[in-house]
Amino acid sequence: MLTYVIRRILIAIPVLLGITIINFVIINLAPGNPVDMYMTPDTPPELLELRKEQLGLNDPIIVQYIKWLGQLLSGNLGYSFSTSESVGSIIGERLGQTMLLGFCALLLGLLIALPIGIMSAVKQNSKFDYVMTGLSFVGTSIPQFFLGLVCIYIFAVNLGWLPVGGTETLGGGGGIGDRILHIVLPAVALAVGIAGRKVRYIRASMLDVLKQDYLRTARAKGVREFFVTNKHALRNALIPVITVVGMEIPLLFGGAVIVEQLFQWPGIGQLTIQSIMSRDYSTIMGLNLVAAIIVLSANLLTDIFYSVADPRIKYH
Amino acid sequence: MTEAITTTTAAEPLLRVQGLKTYYPIRRGLLSRTVGNVKAVDDITLELYPGETLGLVGESGCGKSTIGRSIIRLENPTDGSIWFDGEDITKHSISDLRSVRPKMQMIFQDPFSSLNPRMRVGELLAEPMRVHGIVPDGELEKRIDWLLDMVGIPRSYKQRFPHEFSGGQRQRIGIARAISLNPKLIVCDEPVSALDVSIQAQILNLLKDLQKELGLTYLFIAHGLGAVKYISNRIAVMYLGKVVEIGTKEEIFANPRHPYTQALLNAYPVPEPRKRGQQRIVLQGDVPSPANPPSGCRFHTRCPFAQAICKEIEPQLEGGEHASACHYPLAAT
Amino acid sequence: MSTVKTATPGTVVYAVREERSEGAFRQMSRRFMKHKLAVVGLVITLFLIFIAIFAPWLSPHNPYAVTAEFSAAPSSVHLLGTDQVGRDVLARLIYATRVSVIVGFGTVALYVTFGTVVGLLSAYIGGWVDMLVMRITDMFMAFPYMMVILVVVSVLGPTLWTLVLVLALFSWPAIARLVRGSVLTLKQMDYVKAGVSLGLSTPRIVFRHILPNALAPIIVNATFGVAAAIMAESGLSFLGMGVQPPTASWGNMLTDAQSISVMTDQPWLWLPPGIMILVIVLAINFVGDGLRDAFDPKQ
Repeated sequence: MLTYVIRRILIAIPVLLGITIINFVIINLAPGNPVDMYMTPDTPPELLELRKEQLGLNDPIIVQYIKWLGQLLSGNLGYSFSTSESVGSIIGERLGQTMLLGFCALLLGLLIALPIGIMSAVKQNSKFDYVMTGLSFVGTSIPQFFLGLVCIYIFAVNLGWLPVGGTETLGGGGGIGDRILHIVLPAVALAVGIAGRKVRYIRASMLDVLKQDYLRTARAKGVREFFVTNKHALRNALIPVITVVGMEIPLLFGGAVIVEQLFQWPGIGQLTIQSIMSRDYSTIMGLNLVAAIIVLSANLLTDIFYSVADPRIKYH
Repeated sequence: MTEAITTTTAAEPLLRVQGLKTYYPIRRGLLSRTVGNVKAVDDITLELYPGETLGLVGESGCGKSTIGRSIIRLENPTDGSIWFDGEDITKHSISDLRSVRPKMQMIFQDPFSSLNPRMRVGELLAEPMRVHGIVPDGELEKRIDWLLDMVGIPRSYKQRFPHEFSGGQRQRIGIARAISLNPKLIVCDEPVSALDVSIQAQILNLLKDLQKELGLTYLFIAHGLGAVKYISNRIAVMYLGKVVEIGTKEEIFANPRHPYTQALLNAYPVPEPRKRGQQRIVLQGDVPSPANPPSGCRFHTRCPFAQAICKEIEPQLEGGEHASACHYPLAAT
Repeated sequence: MSTVKTATPGTVVYAVREERSEGAFRQMSRRFMKHKLAVVGLVITLFLIFIAIFAPWLSPHNPYAVTAEFSAAPSSVHLLGTDQVGRDVLARLIYATRVSVIVGFGTVALYVTFGTVVGLLSAYIGGWVDMLVMRITDMFMAFPYMMVILVVVSVLGPTLWTLVLVLALFSWPAIARLVRGSVLTLKQMDYVKAGVSLGLSTPRIVFRHILPNALAPIIVNATFGVAAAIMAESGLSFLGMGVQPPTASWGNMLTDAQSISVMTDQPWLWLPPGIMILVIVLAINFVGDGLRDAFDPKQ
């Protein structure tokens, strides 16, 4: 097991390096550069040159990359081209918000999906099953930004129950209740897709387990149907569901970009758009690296968790 | 002159396998280093003469199928040489092999996976013949009909898919495909063990008839002695990658020398209880791992007659026509 | 069982009724037709493709023509009203179908072809080539791809074809892995070994014996891929990083709705394109689900 984990981490290193190289190349293909963004007709060209020199933009790409990598090894993600703040601390500030939103969305999604998935499997081919399976498709097919807009339209604008965006009411002081109210809509916009995907997984997984002989044994022993489903079956059905929860992590990042932009949620998704608009290369590089590390660790953790949960799985 | 040639070629083996070894590396650890080998086939020497059937018997995992696959070159041998039809094919590249392949064919164990599920039977048979130009295109249909007649499948089933046939019928189609290229040698890799007992005899009879009619040579692989006794002229018994005894069918059955052969014979039910031999050997335990075979004689861990020397020194296959590899061969009864 | 001699010498026609049985395709389509939602999905998809092809004939107005009526509510002239610069919303909606269809099918055609070739080669060559390809796919799959797509699109410039290219760039690894996996499994099948021992050439074995048997999961994956690509395009266009106005895309038609006044006062501007995205994505997903069930008789 330990060698397996070490091997996976060792494999991840070249993967991460590759990601940074590709990012670096793509970014440097860009026609504009951050200094030009601030150029006004009356900026003296010498000043621009000086600024470029300071940022190391005149070096060849390889030199720039090696410099960046060197910094990285000493734990420094560099400094934002546009605000000169440390990229590490900018991302740090924003990452918490994205993780909070992602966690809430995942939790909400599973809370919706679990009972529906189980019920659908238990009552296979019932009306409930058909309607829910159909709805789960709607959940996966509705674009997050459209769902978000509809939610805003109904709950924020027309009913006025929930705020339109942001993390708290301007001026603060709303306390925890206010923050919860703010997270509901963006979390729902992300959670519906998750729930849609998970309902079908849980249903299929549960159906698989319900066919097993050990459930028939449990019934034959006289275990009540409620316990058969919820204790004997559910436990075994949840194992495959764990893996697909891990698969949601990269999707959550994608969703975050759109939902955070829509709800003005100050997470790394919104930061990505801002950095792209201002051609803030160093922040973009940092963002991509952090996101890739999170995705890779999520994959690894899922696999480890899977093997712990299911004693039959052996890695070597 | 011509007579002289025919007599010498008759004595020449069609297939000669010399010191054949097929190992599979075992990889482990951080860098997937090779930490050992599974010695599936370990130093085997065999000869097959035109028109005969050599039965190759042993428990599952003894390497008998690997021999068959190595000869057909579906596996690459680690060491040793394979002479086929007067040609050393051991070092043949994939493209060199293509010209040899029609001459040696294989019948597979599982008739459910050996036919491409997406091809109709007619197409299945036509494809290899077309590729090798066995008959002119215009005569292809006739040839397919002839093949189906040979194996007893109605011609009208040409347009059917494999999944519409029973196991026995599929095996017949597999046999038709194998003989379609006019081969000299056919490796039969447990061709009946996946079939119902009632079907097995039909397939064995078919193989026998085809052999007579087409002058085929068979290497017949099986895990039990039943089918082998019926079809073989000679029998080789394998244990953990080695041949432990080889001889004519009559000799092996009447006069087994290796305790393992005796054990296999005892496992084979004799219809008349009175004729059952006195020396009954019932095998205990499992076959040891071929990754780490026992020292000395590989059979010593399960042999009721094992002595100290059996753990130390590996016995050689000796005895000419009826050879066995045992320090204490069983006496003739 | 009588044979009939025909006039042409040399050819013998067998009068026996040839029992040509149902092929895999027929069987599959029969199973597909049983999946009602999938059939509905297929009809809708075909209908939208039809609209995309014949947009100029079906559209009531020129989608770029600016009329004097800005943000007009639906009327008999403009069935879905007009947008903020006075263009007919229905016409734009119809023309936007083209964008979705091109992005959806173009992307999938591109990456499925590429991914299949890479997967086949990787599995068939094996060794270090396989190792390298798998590491590359690992890399692409660990990419937080929405972010990278945004970067790439902003670098290359957001046009329809860059979108297709970029979406394909980040989608091929899944297909490559899928194909590699099935090829590795199929390579062990006896009928492939039989092909080798029958002396068939490697390309023939790969394309005639392996690929047709690996096709089912590829087709299913590709179908879901069309839906995913359409969804991704609409998201990017919504963010302003996709198809650029004045070209109409369902995604960029929704961009304006981010302003509260548009959202509340002119729902005809943003509800129809949003519903269109939902409908096409849903329809294609149903088709994918139907295909999956049809290919897998266990269901």
